[in-house]
Amino acid sequence: MSFFYVALGGFCGSFVRYQLSIVANKRLIGTWLANVTGSILLASLVLIYTKEILPHTWWLILGVGFCGAYTTFSTFGNETMQLLLQQQWNKAIGYISLSFIVSILPATLILSL
Amino acid sequence: MHVSTNIKLVTAIGLGGAVGAMGRYSLTFIFSTDGFPFATLSANLLGCFLLSYLLHHKQIKKHLPPTLFTALTTGLIGSFTTFSTFTVETIELWNSHFFLAITYVLLSIAGGLLSCYIGYLFSIHTRKKARI
Repeated sequence: MSFFYVALGGFCGSFVRYQLSIVANKRLIGTWLANVTGSILLASLVLIYTKEILPHTWWLILGVGFCGAYTTFSTFGNETMQLLLQQQWNKAIGYISLSFIVSILPATLILSL
Repeated sequence: MHVSTNIKLVTAIGLGGAVGAMGRYSLTFIFSTDGFPFATLSANLLGCFLLSYLLHHKQIKKHLPPTLFTALTTGLIGSFTTFSTFTVETIELWNSHFFLAITYVLLSIAGGLLSCYIGYLFSIHTRKKARI
């Protein structure tokens, strides 16, 4: 049954990420938004899951399934490689840093609550 | 705000995403979860390689129906890899093993980019071979 919950979350997560990329209508922005908001959401879910507020079933749907699928590492990697191949060094370093820092700072803050 | 109302396409992406998420979840049973996050790392590195290979392979792109191609790339591989788990695992490692956290970040980012590049090279290589 746990696989079904993860699949359900994964269906919704990839659906929302795709729609976000259509709305953002610009390379990098859609992925960046999904990765940053997804990281913040996952940190919040981990917090309430470890405090035993969030049931395990919902952790599988929202945490493992949704957040995992909503955020993506492969597109992030490929977009960065594309920038590097085009020798847009500053943009590539900026994209990596902004994805990492803007995700990890609020997530750290949430997890320290 | 314009979202995609192509039901067939978004359903295909969702189904790809469901399979990708199950694949990622399966890896957590193969790798032990305590200590170092090998499951996420391997999903991310493998996904970077596969996505880059598919995106740069013109023949595959030409022969697969566009809906199936997007379901595989944006849906399946996009969902198989994850950034949010990477972020949260980095913070958890940082709190226990500072050195491992740095190693995890470097392996994920440098390794991810390298996997993308290897996928790209593989793709170009097989394309050339297919032409001969």
